[in-house]
Amino acid sequence: MADIDKKQEMNGRRRFLVAATSIAGGIAGAAVATPFVLSMMPSERAKAAGAPVEVDISKIEPGMLLLVEWRGKVVWVLDRTPEMLANLKKLDSQVADPKSEKPQQPPYCKNDTRSIKPAILVVEGVCTHLGCSPVYRKDIAPADLGADWLGGFFCPCHGSKFDLAGRVYKSVPAPTNLVVPAHMYLSDTQLLIGSDKESA
Amino acid sequence: MKKIKYILFVLCLVPLAALASGSEVKLDHAPLRPDDKLSLQRGAHTFVNYCLSCHSAEFMRYNRLRDLGLSENQISDNLIFTGQKVGELMTVAMKKKEAKQWFGVAPPDLSVIARSRGPDWLYTYLRKFYRDESTATGWNNVVFDKAAMPHVLYQLQGEQSLVTKTVDDGHGGKHEVSELKLDKPGTLSKTEYDAYVADLVNYLVYLGEPAATKRVQIGIVVMLFLFVMLGLAYALKHEYWRDIH
Amino acid sequence: MGKRLESMMEWIDARFPLTSTWKAHLSEYYAPKNFNFWYYFGSLAMLVLVNQLLTGIFLTMNYKPDASMAFASVEYIMRDVDFGWLIRYMHSTGASMFFVVVYLHMFRGMMYGSYRKPRELLWLIGMGIFFVLMMLAFTGYILPWGQMSYWGAQVIISMVGAIPVIGQTLSNWILGDFMLSDAALNRFFAYHVVTLPVLLVTLVFVHIIALHEVGSNNPDGIEIKANKDPITHIPVDGIPFHPYYSVKDIVGVVGFLIVFCGIIFFMPEMGGYFLEYNNFIPANTLQTPDHIAPVWYFTPYYSMLRAVTVNFLWVDAKIWGIVLMGGSVAIFALLPWLDRSPVKSIRYKGPYFKIALTLFVISVFVLGWLGTKSPTPLYTLLAQIFTVIYFAFFVLMPWYSKIDKTKPEPKRVTG
Repeated sequence: MADIDKKQEMNGRRRFLVAATSIAGGIAGAAVATPFVLSMMPSERAKAAGAPVEVDISKIEPGMLLLVEWRGKVVWVLDRTPEMLANLKKLDSQVADPKSEKPQQPPYCKNDTRSIKPAILVVEGVCTHLGCSPVYRKDIAPADLGADWLGGFFCPCHGSKFDLAGRVYKSVPAPTNLVVPAHMYLSDTQLLIGSDKESA
Repeated sequence: MKKIKYILFVLCLVPLAALASGSEVKLDHAPLRPDDKLSLQRGAHTFVNYCLSCHSAEFMRYNRLRDLGLSENQISDNLIFTGQKVGELMTVAMKKKEAKQWFGVAPPDLSVIARSRGPDWLYTYLRKFYRDESTATGWNNVVFDKAAMPHVLYQLQGEQSLVTKTVDDGHGGKHEVSELKLDKPGTLSKTEYDAYVADLVNYLVYLGEPAATKRVQIGIVVMLFLFVMLGLAYALKHEYWRDIH
Repeated sequence: MGKRLESMMEWIDARFPLTSTWKAHLSEYYAPKNFNFWYYFGSLAMLVLVNQLLTGIFLTMNYKPDASMAFASVEYIMRDVDFGWLIRYMHSTGASMFFVVVYLHMFRGMMYGSYRKPRELLWLIGMGIFFVLMMLAFTGYILPWGQMSYWGAQVIISMVGAIPVIGQTLSNWILGDFMLSDAALNRFFAYHVVTLPVLLVTLVFVHIIALHEVGSNNPDGIEIKANKDPITHIPVDGIPFHPYYSVKDIVGVVGFLIVFCGIIFFMPEMGGYFLEYNNFIPANTLQTPDHIAPVWYFTPYYSMLRAVTVNFLWVDAKIWGIVLMGGSVAIFALLPWLDRSPVKSIRYKGPYFKIALTLFVISVFVLGWLGTKSPTPLYTLLAQIFTVIYFAFFVLMPWYSKIDKTKPEPKRVTG
């Protein structure tokens, strides 16, 4: 009888120790895995190369598109004319997300023009479908894009269409509006792309 | 059997105790304070002012100096004189080829100099320059004979000269002793200058391995964990081995 | 839940020998119950192997095998890659610890006669592992392309050049150039990360298969298979490897990790023994460092290389040095046939063997220490004396092991 008690107590102890050692071993395994996983994140070199870019926009003219490279992607800076801005409203019914409800832009660009200054659009020139770079088509009602084209961006890869606020049209392959990167104005003519905080 | 084990154990320790022999010149011990952020900041300041004009530290990014408790703005405002961005490497404008013509050898990169030379050598070297008209630069060094580098800190330390005298060793024999004599004092006193160099060497050691502080911090946690784990593992083994004994 | 698992195991077992492999190599592999401290090093060698493979893979993600970029890429790993320093130190410390563990593992074999019949082939496979390990260490040490990488490799490659007649052509073929250069770095990288690790893992696998075929030796040097339970046919002195030795090895692993992590986190250079100071200077093909010494695990052989200073039998001293150095490693392979003692374990061997083994170990340490020093006439003389002792251990073994006074082996394992 006493022997059986002892055996049961031993088994309980054994189970406890196996569990405790397994948990400690699991913690150790996770702790070892962490540095290996983190080592694959962008390195300091990549971060330095991906640092925010300053752009001088003093020379930009209405209707002109400026191409800026940031983190290996093209960022468009477009100075929209008053007509272009007026046309945006007319397209509300044709675009998929007219109010920019999906988080494709920082909160300060969640407005009708998707920009800080109404005229100046800053948007990543990367199609939200499969990453091609769309073409700037400011011509109104061209033969290939139809009579109701009021100017915008057309992706040649799979035919996605965006308006001049980077909003995606309905019934095209691209699911969401073009991404507006974090950006800020350092002065009236000095634009910083990639950061919206003072410190960096 | 026991004896053999003991002998083997002792023998295991022999090569570790017999460290590589030192150079002929006795090196002064560098007072390192890796946790003293202010000392490191002062050293960094000296480094960018005096060293970085000829020597590069091309594996080190300026923004890494955040380790020393500085913000990126402080780094770009106070420590970058080259117009570089804060994320860039501490390179030097001087071309290697030109430098070689000027100094005879290209100034070595200083990123890991503290790891190859050791802090004591650097601490002694930077304090043991003396005037020597026979060399191209007009300077020579006690620990690095005919060093190609001129004494860039001489305005702070002043000018020393090497005096050799013959002394009686008390046993009837005579031998020569060389020592440095301060001829023209610099703007710093001897203790001030030693502290100044100590800060610089402190920084150079940090520069050699910026992750060192973090390494030790993580190490302590890891060791504590392993000792707990050892207790658990031993208890588990002991429990199972009751079946055998 | 239990039923599900059972049926899944059945499904697998019908297609892959999972349960039977588990039984044959773990839960029903019977190991002698008297393993002591020295028996930790086999499993620890496996642990270090895994460590080297894992950290090695992550290092290749950022390392550049290019003479103009290699040194910088190592410093890039040390500074710019998140936790790159840790992965690099794990790999560099692991390299040295691999040798610590393997040397102790070999010494265990020598003490307890683990190379004797029926384990001769097991010992020879182990020698193959040791050889591949040395090649791995050599090719790996070149990769950071520091001064010691460069000049160490230079010295070793010059030895190939010393081979009569074909030497020069052979060394050009190995280097892919007329000197040590980018071409060699690139191909040594290929050997280090592909060829040799594949070879090593294969040999380790074969080593374990061979071990489990003949069964483990033990500190008493007697065969536990000679005494089986008449009903169960299980060796009476055997216990299942799992769980008994698996839980015991966990203790060994954690103990080892305390030492290993102590080095990684608190003294990764190990006073210049694991990471040499001169290797923090980028390779300079025009200037040899004042003092060059191989990493500690090669210093005994290096000492023997330098010890030969006289020409002998119309052959250059240089060639003899190389022959001696190669011989000092290769001679281990002959041990199974040199030992003529009627008993295996040092516990039952006589004083001659104990003295011989002690002198051998002393000579290894002295030669190792001398190998880190610049040669002086005294050091060279010492190296010569201890080289003779080193070889005498092997060459005289057939004689002293035969005439030695041995004690009778026990029938059952002790303590």
